[in-house]
Amino acid sequence: MSKMHVKLTVNGKEVEGLAEPRTLLIHFLREDLKITGPHIGCETSHCGACTVDIDGKSVKSCTTFVAQVNGADITTVEGLTNDDGSLGVLQEMFREHHGLQCGFCTPGMITRAHRLLQENPNPTEEEIRFGMAGNLCRCTGYQNIVKAISASADMLNAQKEAAE
Amino acid sequence: MIPAGFEYHRPGDIASAIGILQEHGDEARVIAGGHSLIPMMKLRMAEMGHLVDLQAIDELKGIQIGSDTVTLGAMVTQHELITHDGLAAAIPLIREAALQIADPQVRYMGTVGGNVANGDPGNDMPGLMQCLNATFELSGPDGNRSVAAREFYEAAYFTAREDEEILTRISIPVPGAGVGQAYEKQKRKIGDYATAAAAVMVGNGTASVAMTNLADTPIWSEGASAALADGDVNGCVAAMLDAIEPVADNRGPVEFKKHVAAVMLRRAIDRAQSRAG
Repeated sequence: MSKMHVKLTVNGKEVEGLAEPRTLLIHFLREDLKITGPHIGCETSHCGACTVDIDGKSVKSCTTFVAQVNGADITTVEGLTNDDGSLGVLQEMFREHHGLQCGFCTPGMITRAHRLLQENPNPTEEEIRFGMAGNLCRCTGYQNIVKAISASADMLNAQKEAAE
Repeated sequence: MIPAGFEYHRPGDIASAIGILQEHGDEARVIAGGHSLIPMMKLRMAEMGHLVDLQAIDELKGIQIGSDTVTLGAMVTQHELITHDGLAAAIPLIREAALQIADPQVRYMGTVGGNVANGDPGNDMPGLMQCLNATFELSGPDGNRSVAAREFYEAAYFTAREDEEILTRISIPVPGAGVGQAYEKQKRKIGDYATAAAAVMVGNGTASVAMTNLADTPIWSEGASAALADGDVNGCVAAMLDAIEPVADNRGPVEFKKHVAAVMLRRAIDRAQSRAG
């Protein structure tokens, strides 16, 4: 099969490459672009470790062909740092509240939580758990992940208020 | 898990998409959200020379709320069904069911058209559309036609849609004021298909009852619906248990599935009746 020309915006930068249409987005990100934040966990659209943000949607990049997202604007966990490279609010709160143990699921967790808080800046605990249901963690029991997201919501809201 | 190779097409209108399907025949398939098809392609259980992506076709998008009819474009995602307030006001059953499909990431991509057209007995929307008495609009080389949801499903993955046709829109009559609606689904975990699910509408002397993943196709039962319209809940459940044909699999033996089916149906009836005006 012939390769196609792929053009994406990833974490604010325009990138280009050649890929077979059957290439899965997760493989293009990790192997061609060397963006290795998104992880390959189950590779069957269950675990959510490969979650990236595509045009404002949380998407499992193991179940997306790069051909389908040609032209899209993609954010990975690498794109959620502050401008100076320091940890962004969600990343800092996952550290602070011990929202990870082995860390394998964390990039997907944080990227999904980012979109959840964009859509619902004041989620209840139940809404966090329902909104994070597409991401599996085998270490933490989820308690500290929920705490980290809840704390992130509070901090983001405080920052927004201070800016106004 | 790398799928077999294919040529990728992204047509901008329905006519072009049908043209590609005609040109390549069996070798071509359409892809909507891809969250049923891509897993099958990764397992090499689905292979095609040409993949026709419907994402750029505006005619397949949008939700229209009329006073008598709601129409959904085939490419409307589950996420859009959930977040559309006008739809939730007109037919609350759709949001209630869509929230029980898969997980958030899958709902951003999964479409209502893909869900109903795939013919997978595990999908939730086919039974729901039968309960609502929806009509599916199909476009093909010979023009457009409509097929009732209750007549669309022939067997697992076999539907009334021809290979060169595309399911374009879904029309749903708005249930009258006072009609209570409920969707109840038993599943092993978030993201799972139903062990049993029930869609129920009841009120104003009418009723409609359909169930999911308890046979090769969704089951809408005229007998169960008529019994419930008469207020005979036991008769409704008995008629539905008679209509379903569950088979033993990793969700349980036949006796268990029938038990769960009855529990789901009674819960859905209770809730629908409590919401009827």
